[in-house]
Amino acid sequence: MAEPPVGTGTDPLPATGPAEPAGATPSPSQGPDRRRSFTGVVDRFFGGLSTLAALVLIALPALLIVIITQASWRAIVRFGPGFVIGQFWVPSASPTSPITFGAAPFVAGTLETSVIAMLIGVPLSIGAAIFLAELAPDWLRAPVASVVDLLAAVPSVVFGLWGLYVLVPYMRSNVDPALVHYLGWTPLFASHAGSQSGVSVLTASIILAIMILPTISSVSREALRATPDSQREAALSLGATRWEATRLGPLAYARSGIFGAAILGLGRAMGETMAVTMTIGNSDNFATSLFDPGQTLSSKIAINFGNALPLEKSALIELGLILMGLSLLVNVAARLMLRSMTRMGGSAP
Amino acid sequence: MRPPKRLRRRVKSAVLLGLCATAVLITLLPLASILLECFVNGAGAITPAFFLQNPPPPCNPGPTTPCPVGGIQDALLGTLLLVVVASLIALPVGILGGIYLSEFQDRPLARPARFLADVMTGIPSIVIGVFVFGIFLFFAEQGWISSFSITSGYTGAVALAVIMIPVVARTCEEALRLVPVSIREASLALGIPRHRTILRIVLSAARGGVITGALLAVARAGGETAPLLLTAGFTTGAITGLSGWTPSLPVLIYYSAAGGYANTTQLAWGAALMLVLIMLLISVGARLALRNKFGGRTA
Repeated sequence: MAEPPVGTGTDPLPATGPAEPAGATPSPSQGPDRRRSFTGVVDRFFGGLSTLAALVLIALPALLIVIITQASWRAIVRFGPGFVIGQFWVPSASPTSPITFGAAPFVAGTLETSVIAMLIGVPLSIGAAIFLAELAPDWLRAPVASVVDLLAAVPSVVFGLWGLYVLVPYMRSNVDPALVHYLGWTPLFASHAGSQSGVSVLTASIILAIMILPTISSVSREALRATPDSQREAALSLGATRWEATRLGPLAYARSGIFGAAILGLGRAMGETMAVTMTIGNSDNFATSLFDPGQTLSSKIAINFGNALPLEKSALIELGLILMGLSLLVNVAARLMLRSMTRMGGSAP
Repeated sequence: MRPPKRLRRRVKSAVLLGLCATAVLITLLPLASILLECFVNGAGAITPAFFLQNPPPPCNPGPTTPCPVGGIQDALLGTLLLVVVASLIALPVGILGGIYLSEFQDRPLARPARFLADVMTGIPSIVIGVFVFGIFLFFAEQGWISSFSITSGYTGAVALAVIMIPVVARTCEEALRLVPVSIREASLALGIPRHRTILRIVLSAARGGVITGALLAVARAGGETAPLLLTAGFTTGAITGLSGWTPSLPVLIYYSAAGGYANTTQLAWGAALMLVLIMLLISVGARLALRNKFGGRTA
């Protein structure tokens, strides 16, 4: 499955027999022999302990799938596959509607926000990665790169707070009116009554775009840096401009790594909860315009979980199951792609 | 024919490279704004009382009515307790797992374990929250625990630990791999047993990288909100150990930010400033710990 590690300079250690180190001379006295076998027992015990830890690493994802399926079983049995395309979320029966749960608006919200976040975030982070990996002078590179990485250390709830009290008012008074003025004729930017509050799918997507910047940018930076110098030099020696040399050399060379980085960012955008919950407006309706409030899988879980009765909780956990499926898919794809990168650029740090 | 084309190529090159530089500036802008806003809006809330009180009922200051900002005492304590318990679970498991991935990499479990650990780090934290809630729900359904203890600090600590374990394991592995094989061979050649070689020599040589990984995992766990929302609950009252609803700093920020009341909003900014300062300190500390001979570079 996994590629053997290349280029770190550490070959696997030869497996030592538990009791007899190779080349040890048998000792005539009892003492060393006993000690050696005691050492063997400790060695085995230690090996067993770390095997146990490795088993935990393997068991966690399996357990994750089993437990979440089990906890959402009640909703799965009751609503069947119709849950995925159901459009209404009615936790308590009313004269007009029985109890019903459907995931469609939230799946749509998750896909919508993460796709827009990618459209904004990917070009920015690749641009930043190119600058930091290829163009920046050495004295600038390391400090700026660590400041970009610091963005990843900001907790998501702080992004949410900033989004709610800084970005939302800014969107409401500056960005949204301008977009409506120039692009209001397209359905995507249509302005509905009451959709000018600043909390919207668009605001949530912009926050997401900011949050995936450090992920995509740092992984692409690694991929670009892994390009051998000969690639750049070859292009330059043929008379290429600096941009052409970057495109023909590192960008082409690191293609799969950058693609993997973008998909890793997509995974992060799909699962991000707090910042989205605080800025998307939490409406269960389909958002047809980017200025409409919406809801994602994760924000629906976060908003409703605390006060949900058992059946609704089970339905919310089924939303979690869908989200888990989506992010497993995306993450496995990203990892496979990044692995082909280490295969190619394995000789670089 | 040639010169204009060449000029066009040069201009194109300059424009695109300029765009790349602009992208860096745009990337730095949000971070600057977040730090600035946290300081501007939050610094006023941080007084000695900020550390000795709990969140107040939300209100807006009137001409006569007092409207205290309150503080983060028990939420800070709660975060500390949650992270300590989570680390007690996650650090031993994660470091042993990292040792397996690096030192026993020829064994059959190493490849799947590494791949699955990588996949786990990408699973959204709210899904981990749902997962751990599901575990404790199962326990309650079996009658092993009371259904009142599903939402508790212990559940929250387990959720944080599940988030930390793959991160610690992978960063620990990366750090151990930077230690040259010759050091292991030298140690084994001297007759030092395998476990001693790993624990005393390899692990100690990779100390910087392992500590960095642990710190980054702690920072990640300390800033998590969504899983705690589902597992640990929240209270504005006093913390009663980890067996009941346990307040934490991130969840306090989330609840205080809602509603737009003057006092709780300021409390949220103050708490956010505290949280960001703690996170940045840990991040910077982690990077400093790397200034070490075999310290691992972490992803």
